[in-house]
Amino acid sequence: MAGWIPAYAFLEARAVARRFRRSRAAAAGACFLVALVGAAALAPLVARWDPLKQNLTDALAAPSGHHPLGTDDLGRDVLSRLLHGARLSLAAACFAVAIAALSGVPVGLVAGYAGGKLDDLLMRLVDAVQAFPALVLAMAITAALGPGLRNVMVAVGIVYIPRFARLVRGQALALREELFVEGARAAGASHARILLRHVLPNVAAPIIVQVSVSIAFALLAETSLSFLGIGIKPPTPSWGADVGRGYRFMRLAPWLVFMPGLAILLTTLAFNFLGDGLRDALDPKHARRETAS
Amino acid sequence: MGAFLRRRLLAVVPLVLLTTSLVFSLILLLPGDPAVALVGLENVTEERLAAIRARMGFDRPLYVQYGLWLGRAARGDLGTSLRTGQPVVEALRDRLPVTLGLAVAATAFGLLLGFPLAVVAAAKRGGFIGSCASGVAAFGVAVPNFWLGSMLVLALALHMRWLPATGYASPLEAPWDALRHAILPTLTLGASAVAEITRQLRSALQDTLNTDYVRTARAKGIAERTVIWKHALRNALIPMITVSGLTISRLVGATVVVESIFALPGLGRLNLESVLNRDFPMLQGAVLVMVLLVIAVNLVSDVIYGWVDPRIRLS
Repeated sequence: MAGWIPAYAFLEARAVARRFRRSRAAAAGACFLVALVGAAALAPLVARWDPLKQNLTDALAAPSGHHPLGTDDLGRDVLSRLLHGARLSLAAACFAVAIAALSGVPVGLVAGYAGGKLDDLLMRLVDAVQAFPALVLAMAITAALGPGLRNVMVAVGIVYIPRFARLVRGQALALREELFVEGARAAGASHARILLRHVLPNVAAPIIVQVSVSIAFALLAETSLSFLGIGIKPPTPSWGADVGRGYRFMRLAPWLVFMPGLAILLTTLAFNFLGDGLRDALDPKHARRETAS
Repeated sequence: MGAFLRRRLLAVVPLVLLTTSLVFSLILLLPGDPAVALVGLENVTEERLAAIRARMGFDRPLYVQYGLWLGRAARGDLGTSLRTGQPVVEALRDRLPVTLGLAVAATAFGLLLGFPLAVVAAAKRGGFIGSCASGVAAFGVAVPNFWLGSMLVLALALHMRWLPATGYASPLEAPWDALRHAILPTLTLGASAVAEITRQLRSALQDTLNTDYVRTARAKGIAERTVIWKHALRNALIPMITVSGLTISRLVGATVVVESIFALPGLGRLNLESVLNRDFPMLQGAVLVMVLLVIAVNLVSDVIYGWVDPRIRLS
């Protein structure tokens, strides 16, 4: 019995990996993200130029062998800023989603498992946060807390709490009626133990999918805030802020807007494809429904 | 229908109270004295601070402060702008039509393009045309609207010189000019609407195409075109009422970016200006109106859904 569970888990993981590989878009998204994270992590080694170093004699230079993606109005290398910007933009989106998941999952678990008035109260609060347009709420929180990377992550994180709370609450509501949960309750397990050992592992799959899709939305929110001038501040390299700065020189140097924007688009697409692929791989019933239709 | 309407209206009351309390709480997140934030650092004098503290009730319990604020808001008193001195309500009244017009135009564009794309994506699933339609939807969801707007300005305004890059014209005073100025913002904002409507309708249509009654229609030898347009699409359209409502709500938020790119004098831009100028009375007012707008749009779409589908209003 002791060896059965790891063997089963191993076989299940292999089946998930096989189903995931079947989706070409998801596999391409995963490969792109691995390459991007690698390039971002190694940015100081890969990037040829210092992303902050100004060279006014080389300002607004078109793409060339010297500067493969050209330079900005201060003569800074666009490719180097893109690679360094990837670190901040990806980190900001990931931390924001971590805040959202770490706050939303417990709220959803407790609401769904407890039910009754506590569920009503928590879900009304979630409804209230969800009634705010995402970007407007993130802006308002950033305005109150002040600009800067940390506050942007907190603001974007708060905005996405309802996504996790709603998802997990729905799953927990269904799971609390399951026999294995009733069995654990009958065996005298505490509510905390039931939630952490029995309910949470069973909602892990949809949470993983939600994390992937939410990172895409968080990246869009963070880059939008930085584009508007209330997120990551110059001269720090950031995809959104670089598009915002490049917008002023768009007629003379369109690459300043095109390149960072394309990076955001491709990364968001990759996270969305990854999320779709994970959902199909982790929930074969969903994949079968899609294939049948 | 009357009971359903009453139930929906009653459900909105706690939501309005909770959201307004969150808007009110924004001022409490500020570091330091909220009275200073409301008066503005440049205008700080002891008399003005004392007056604002007395008016807002800052020395009283929080729920009293909220009650006072809500009472004034209900009477149309949201204070005055710290930057311009203009009453907040007046500024909101001037800006609201621009944002509403833009959101409605973008949703209409989304419906107009999203419908055929969704039908093609569902009917030609797996084929080249179906994949292209799905690709357009995936692109629309992922594209940052500030980038799409910039690219449209670059191509259609700066390069081809077909349309104006920025600015606003009133449709009542200069309809032709207004139309030309509205095209680029509508395309930019509408891209995400097209994507959302295509994805949702495609999914609803695929579910409907798997039902028994569609199978029966096919078994009777009815042409595939009639099966899709007459039988499947009718039922798949019902959830689109909710999707359209949610799309308008999402677009209201996205107007912040689009109005900033195209220099449109709407609520979204007012929101951004208030954040950049730390004009908190104006920010509270703009956020409040946007949230109430979203709640109202969702309420209307819920009521229409209940009216169209009796299962909803009787459940």
